[in-house]
Amino acid sequence: MFVTSAFAQESAPAVEGGHTGTEGDTHSGTGVPAEAHGVFPPFDPATFPSQLLWLAITFGLFYLFLKKVVMPRVGGIIDVRNDRITQDLDHAARLKGEADAAVAAYEQELAEAKTKANAIGQQANDAAKAEAEAARKKVEAALDQKLGEAEARISAIKANAMKEVGTIAEDTASAIVEALVGGKASKAEIAAAVKSVAR
Amino acid sequence: MAADKVDPIHQFHINKLIPIEIGGYDLSFTNSALFMVATVAVASAFLYLSTSSRSLVPSRLQSVSEMAYEFVGNMLRDAAGTQGMKFFPLVFSLFMFVLVANLLGLFPYFFTVTSHIIVTFGLAALVIGTVVVYGFMKHGLGFLKLFVPHGVPVYLLPLVVLIEVISFVSRPVSLSVRLFANMLAGHITLKVFSGFVVSLSALGTLGIAGSVLPLAMAVALTALELLVAFLQAYVFAVLTCMYLNDALHPGH
Repeated sequence: MFVTSAFAQESAPAVEGGHTGTEGDTHSGTGVPAEAHGVFPPFDPATFPSQLLWLAITFGLFYLFLKKVVMPRVGGIIDVRNDRITQDLDHAARLKGEADAAVAAYEQELAEAKTKANAIGQQANDAAKAEAEAARKKVEAALDQKLGEAEARISAIKANAMKEVGTIAEDTASAIVEALVGGKASKAEIAAAVKSVAR
Repeated sequence: MAADKVDPIHQFHINKLIPIEIGGYDLSFTNSALFMVATVAVASAFLYLSTSSRSLVPSRLQSVSEMAYEFVGNMLRDAAGTQGMKFFPLVFSLFMFVLVANLLGLFPYFFTVTSHIIVTFGLAALVIGTVVVYGFMKHGLGFLKLFVPHGVPVYLLPLVVLIEVISFVSRPVSLSVRLFANMLAGHITLKVFSGFVVSLSALGTLGIAGSVLPLAMAVALTALELLVAFLQAYVFAVLTCMYLNDALHPGH
């Protein structure tokens, strides 16, 4: 805001010809701005052509530079970023769709597998039951057969034993008769006697 | 001499650095021109260098440039619609130029380009000139509908048209004076309070103790001026957008 003394020059009267009552010396070089110079600097028309010219030059170049270089670049950066974000969002949405589909497929497969597992379990259960039933029947049949055989054998043994009881009784009776009577009784007589007693 | 040192007007003096005179006009390269060049150089360099890496994820400086770009872009789109985007380079360069000129002016010993009415008037004239030229190019005489609002009774029309014309003509004046006066007043106030610090300090111990008050004031004013520097650039850009909207849609 201070201006160094080296630059402290009076520019205003140079062109306009001292209408403001200035010293007329454009290079005072004292470092003291001319207080006598009555025009408030921003309203000094003498500086207008120069300021307008340099404003036109500098602002014009600035405008061209921004329009040709900076703005396409910044706009490009922002567009690229927006494109990238849109692209990434699309990508994310697609991945999410894929993930959802995978979850659905997984659940379906899971359900199928469950049904299948149930079916297999049921089947295995049924098969096991049938097998057990068959085994049981077989064992029962075998047992029945064995029982029958055993019964038959028992009855055969019984009949045999009964028959042998008759023979023993006849032998015994003949021995008793022999001992008591001292003579031999006929076999047929004894057998008949035994049979009649056994009845 | 002491009075000269605290002269708050001193900072607005124009000094010739390279005297140039063409056709009787003084076109010297002055301190004002120097700071116009500095403004353009700083703004261009910042915008150019901060975006040079073109990062997808911006650095801090790059995001400042992008924010400025999108800020002005949204401002223009809101005010003038998508058709207004053809003026984006103009509004963006106006905003950046005024903003950087205001901010540079806040540095001690720096010249404030926008504290000269002719500079702000030049920018305002550029805006209004663009509005008028583009308005007539696009709508022909239909652009004059700008001065005839809809739904006004016929007997009131002359008065309303007169008011509209006056308001249109005063636009470049208000646009330029607003910026100029804000910068001028702010810098004078700042200088006056800073001058108090110097003057009081010269009075001895008591004066040095007392100079704390104007110093605090100067610090606070500097913060305020920072706000004003941004705000005035924003206001300038917003009004530019609204005036450009008139050029695009003169029928309201």
